[in-house]
Amino acid sequence: MSPALPTNIADCDIHPAVRSMTDLEPWLSKQWIDHFRTYGALRQTHYVSGAPYHKSQPNASRRDAYPPEGGPQGSSLEFLRKQHLDGNGIGFGILNPLVQSQGVRNLEHSAALCRAINHWQAEVWIANEPRLRASIVVPYEDPEVAAEEIAFWADNDSFVQVLLLSRTSFLPGQKRYWPIYAAAAEAGLPVGIHAFGNSGWPVSSVGWPSFYMDEMIGHAQTSQAGLVSLVIEGVFERWPSLKLVLVESGFTWAPSLMWRLDKTFDTLRSEVPHLKLKPSEYIKRNVWWTSQPMDEPENKRFLADIFDWLGWDRLLFSSDYPHWDFDDPAKVITFPATDEQRYSFFIGNAKAVYGF
Amino acid sequence: MASEMARHVVAATADFPPGTRRLLDVDGRAIVVFNVRGDYFALLNRCPHNGGSLADGVVTGLLQSAAPGEYSYARQGEIIRCPWHGWEFDIKTGKSFCSVIKARARPYPVHVEPGHTLVEGLYRAETIPVRVEDDYVVVDA
Repeated sequence: MSPALPTNIADCDIHPAVRSMTDLEPWLSKQWIDHFRTYGALRQTHYVSGAPYHKSQPNASRRDAYPPEGGPQGSSLEFLRKQHLDGNGIGFGILNPLVQSQGVRNLEHSAALCRAINHWQAEVWIANEPRLRASIVVPYEDPEVAAEEIAFWADNDSFVQVLLLSRTSFLPGQKRYWPIYAAAAEAGLPVGIHAFGNSGWPVSSVGWPSFYMDEMIGHAQTSQAGLVSLVIEGVFERWPSLKLVLVESGFTWAPSLMWRLDKTFDTLRSEVPHLKLKPSEYIKRNVWWTSQPMDEPENKRFLADIFDWLGWDRLLFSSDYPHWDFDDPAKVITFPATDEQRYSFFIGNAKAVYGF
Repeated sequence: MASEMARHVVAATADFPPGTRRLLDVDGRAIVVFNVRGDYFALLNRCPHNGGSLADGVVTGLLQSAAPGEYSYARQGEIIRCPWHGWEFDIKTGKSFCSVIKARARPYPVHVEPGHTLVEGLYRAETIPVRVEDDYVVVDA
């Protein structure tokens, strides 16, 4: 019998869905409503209008999460409340909408969709459910406009982080994206980088994989490349207070990545004189990880080693509700842990990062 | 254990055709019963991996590969795929086809009994009509 879960746990990755894109029309101008109806919203993915890989469940979501009133999984606040917030004892949940907007090739259209999604989150979801908070969805391929979007919502208590996706068109540490980090640091908001997106590049650096399973694994590699870029380009040196949360990226890879970064830094530091700290020191100061999808080694105690190596203050519980690879909070810590460690993981670290 | 089990009427066989399933609550336990080509099987409605509701899963077959490039699709309608992480279980035995953990969906015995044997007090839901000439599906749980 595993110990009881803390009450009112924090879920740092919940995905609200639109019933259809017309849900956003109250906050879109006639120009963009007509544009979307006529031309759609093309993303940086070749030759396809949707996801490059078919998901294993409809809408990449649990088949038991369809709202009784109809619509796709995650599109009903009432059902999300019942099935997830009440059902799983969630006292604080962060919305990360993966509604087509970020990475749309027409940058003005991307900005309009992001603005509409932020209104939709604030007015349809957060205003009606005190346990939820939102992420500012920004058109990250237009970093100046993304910074304006952050400033627009910075004083609105509905929002607790800035949302980027891991599949940006260029490595996320590069200078073109710095206005986003400057605006987030100025607003005191963490930047969450959620796996996925449409960069125009394959998920692998050596071409398009054949299987969805390849892509699922590849998200961790993409996130590693992004984290390496953010560290080496000096983003955490320029904005020492910036909080970065890697969402749905895996985390068991992080200790070995830090070992390799530090070893390489020792030999190549003259190439990167702007770095004053070891890479692992930036990471341990500025970076957090959400837990889902938790790896499942046969010996679950190996996970305890990873938690120890990363630090129990670095990991935030996330469920990914209603997506199919959902982690149940009651099943996620399957190895011995103290009450204090469990509290940090389920509540305390999220409080520290998001300040709720 | 056996002495604690009770017989629970699920449905009349006529109302429970092949390829369908029924979810029932037996003293707080959710149990899902499947009709696989006329034979009935029941599983605890809780995926042994992470607890997903098997009643909401897709009934499918078993895709196997003896060697790369060779595929066979067998046992159509006998495999339940969990609606969360897609783990697959044999409806007849509860055995998992994912080898990484020794998970097994808990099976319950199910059988068909003649209608007239059920009229005598085992009927728990009064709203189910008794049709003596029909057979009923019963689960021991």
